[in-house]
Amino acid sequence: MKALIIERKITRFIAARVASRFGSGRGAGLGPLRLSTVEAPHIEREGWVGITPVLAGICGSDLATVDGHSSHYFENIVSFPFVPGHEVLGTLNEDTVSATGAALATGARVVIQPVLGCATRGLALCEACARDDVGRCQFLGSGHLQPGLQTGFCVDTGGGWSEGPLMAHTSQIFGVPDDLSDDDAVTIEPMACALHAALRCGVDETTTVAIIGAGTLGLGVIASLDFLAATGRSPRPAALIVGARYPVQRAMATQLGADEVVEPDQLSRAVRAATRSLVAGKPSGRSGQLTGGADVVVDCVGSAESLAEALRIVAPGGRVVVVGMPGKVTLDLASLWHREVSMVGAYAYGVEELPEGTVRTFDLAIEMVRHHGTGRLVSARYPIDRFEEALAHAGAAGRRGAVKIVFESGPRRAVAKRED
Amino acid sequence: MWKGEGFGLQRLPTGSRVIYAPEPFDALEDPESAIRHALENPTGDSDPLSAQLRAGMRLTICFDDISLPLPPMEAPDVRQMVIEAVLDLAAEAGVDDVVLIAALALHRRMTEPELRHALGNRVYDAFAPSGSLLQHDAEDPTQLVHLGVTEKGEDVEINKRAAESDLLVYVNINLVAMDGGHKSVATGLASYKSLRHHHNPATMRHSKSFMDAPSSELHSANWRMGRLIKDAGVKIFQIETTLNTNTFPDSFQFLQKREWEWNLKDRVTFAASSRAMNAAPRKVTRQILQGIKAPHALRSVYAGEVEAVHANILEDVWAQQGVAVEGQTDIVTMGLPYISPYNVNSIMNPILVACLGLGYFFNLYRGKPVVREGGVAILFHPTRPEFHPGHHPSYIDFFEQVLTETTDAVVMSEKFEEAFATDPWYIHLYRTGHAYHGVHPFYMWYWCTHALSHLSKVIIVGGDPATVRRLGFHPASTLDDALEIAQDVVGIAPSITHLHTPPLLLADVS
Repeated sequence: MKALIIERKITRFIAARVASRFGSGRGAGLGPLRLSTVEAPHIEREGWVGITPVLAGICGSDLATVDGHSSHYFENIVSFPFVPGHEVLGTLNEDTVSATGAALATGARVVIQPVLGCATRGLALCEACARDDVGRCQFLGSGHLQPGLQTGFCVDTGGGWSEGPLMAHTSQIFGVPDDLSDDDAVTIEPMACALHAALRCGVDETTTVAIIGAGTLGLGVIASLDFLAATGRSPRPAALIVGARYPVQRAMATQLGADEVVEPDQLSRAVRAATRSLVAGKPSGRSGQLTGGADVVVDCVGSAESLAEALRIVAPGGRVVVVGMPGKVTLDLASLWHREVSMVGAYAYGVEELPEGTVRTFDLAIEMVRHHGTGRLVSARYPIDRFEEALAHAGAAGRRGAVKIVFESGPRRAVAKRED
Repeated sequence: MWKGEGFGLQRLPTGSRVIYAPEPFDALEDPESAIRHALENPTGDSDPLSAQLRAGMRLTICFDDISLPLPPMEAPDVRQMVIEAVLDLAAEAGVDDVVLIAALALHRRMTEPELRHALGNRVYDAFAPSGSLLQHDAEDPTQLVHLGVTEKGEDVEINKRAAESDLLVYVNINLVAMDGGHKSVATGLASYKSLRHHHNPATMRHSKSFMDAPSSELHSANWRMGRLIKDAGVKIFQIETTLNTNTFPDSFQFLQKREWEWNLKDRVTFAASSRAMNAAPRKVTRQILQGIKAPHALRSVYAGEVEAVHANILEDVWAQQGVAVEGQTDIVTMGLPYISPYNVNSIMNPILVACLGLGYFFNLYRGKPVVREGGVAILFHPTRPEFHPGHHPSYIDFFEQVLTETTDAVVMSEKFEEAFATDPWYIHLYRTGHAYHGVHPFYMWYWCTHALSHLSKVIIVGGDPATVRRLGFHPASTLDDALEIAQDVVGIAPSITHLHTPPLLLADVS
């Protein structure tokens, strides 16, 4: 089958890092990613089925990998050569059951929850997996599968950036309701990440939330906070302030429920004004450490600069939620110590504790995608053989007026776009 | 024509009318004697100053701040001359409890060099080290006193030291007809609680114009407050002064001449200075321009009872600056200079550009505005999104947060004003730094409301397009473009009047 694969070739990783200096996604031409014809993955174990990808998204972590910027932390929890693509909408190649136990027929549209937890590895369930909180699996990288934190980073399972098939375990499979378009469906995985992050914020009606970055995840967190409030699952924060670089992001942020949307260099100013803080030591008041600040800062970028900004604008005793994937960064943590700030990660999904009880994040995400019609975040589809253009587009998405870029496999399907 | 921190020649369509400021009156030959004479021969129901001074009394001398005159005048400043004369009399009378207060209202605190320039080194060194030279702090409740409420429900809260002194001497510079009178104390020494009663969209919109007190709601409110202050027992000895319109030093004299009267020296200095300023880095140009000291000279001085003094002063201001203008025009054009009352030694940010053009220059009239109702104002200014972060911090937020949402003065006053006015960071910077109060950008915008309700369009030639649009105006790259944009509302053959200012003029429009 035709697929994009990432190989462990140091020279290509170096070349990708160099090329990416000319723009995110530019590592696609020189780096570890290449288009190849490979054997289709096959796992002869109970519960594993083949899925043919229809759409597969390109996310920030994919771009970091393609550009050779991923942290060394991941070296032991991925296996090469792997087919990327973990935001996948596909069709079933055989009858099976979903993670929730529902019967699904061949050809049914499904999305996968890509985290490879204990159930997929044939292990006795760890404490986290036993409660379906797979994002916190304690046995990651062991079991019968080659290492791989998710589908799309594991040589055995394949990934969405291919003509397929990829292999998925029934515990990973969620049926797509008929009323969701393909574009809606391919955003379920990133929206699940965003929902999980939004719930990590721990907001109440007095909370001021600042969001750094308004790409797919940033917009997803905005949509999630709005959705959770609209459905009575969480209070609406007192103020939701977003720093967004590009006009399309600013427009989307407003549509999805942000109270104030400003350019990134204005975020500190806007948070200061909203929280009536002072600025330590800088009469100009533009980029200094706020004496007060936002109760919660959600960093959807994950760079040294964005993390430093988060620490500058978070309130004493506040919380920084790191949603964008960081790598090795140099950061002055004096303010974190002095102001007793909590910095928490928000990775993937699993289950969420809500007023109605424990809910799988993916089930919640399906509801949220329907509520907000997040398929509108999908800006362009590319076939995998135009991967260099696709990745360049994704790397410059905001500047080019786009949000989410996806690969499309097989013949183009009818798209049922929502009108609202 | 002025275009911000630069100037150049601008061809106006044939038939355009240009209003020039009158020639500067001659300076008083002996200003010190004139000042002493005014103090001892007061106007209105007032004793001579020397008769009001006695040992053991509390004397407070308040004076106008950095916003006057424009440009700052060559030393000695008129405030220095008047205050030295007052202090001489106080010393002769044996008054030792003397405090000087800069009447800032919600303006920024003056720096030491600015205070030294306004007061002279002798006064500064005599009062500053002992803490007897103060700057009004409208945010210190311990320094304010609430004197009552006017018949229209307006709170009158002013500086406590000034109000509780045995005598309050106010030293005024009447650069334009708007200045002085009861506005000196009722505004210059007031708090936000008091100022908000007249610095609001409704009052500003019904001040037609600020230069014509009987038609100015702003002045009516100040007069009500001033009379309440008097009735509350505050004893004021008002000293008002007028300056002539000699605005630019020798090297820039051509700027206050009619162009057809330029001699060879004027032509050469114009060519050299305009080219040099265009070529120089902006910072250098700004430094040169902000360094200009005007050769303003004292033209008249009156002292005594507030209203009587002010009536005399107004006559002198109009005599110096008044220009009879016959009929209104479809389009008024204005070249905006580098300086306004609120960016001395600072940056003219976009909100101040709007205020200078629409709040000040538009209002330089008595009777009717120079431009007809429904007409168009064409301003010349680069209107860059530049701010002085130390002087105008709340302006930055106003530009980014308020103007992105609304340019409607009423909406912004209801939705945003209080948050800005009570923001602790702005208050901190106002009290301890050199920042205008948090509410100040709102006031600047309110100053524009009369013009904005009167005009159909405001066009800024040469302005940064995004910034001009943020202000709610139309950008144009040339005057021809601007005239084309204006066609929609004034037709293809509009009458055009150019306001050639500075020097300042007051149009008496018939």
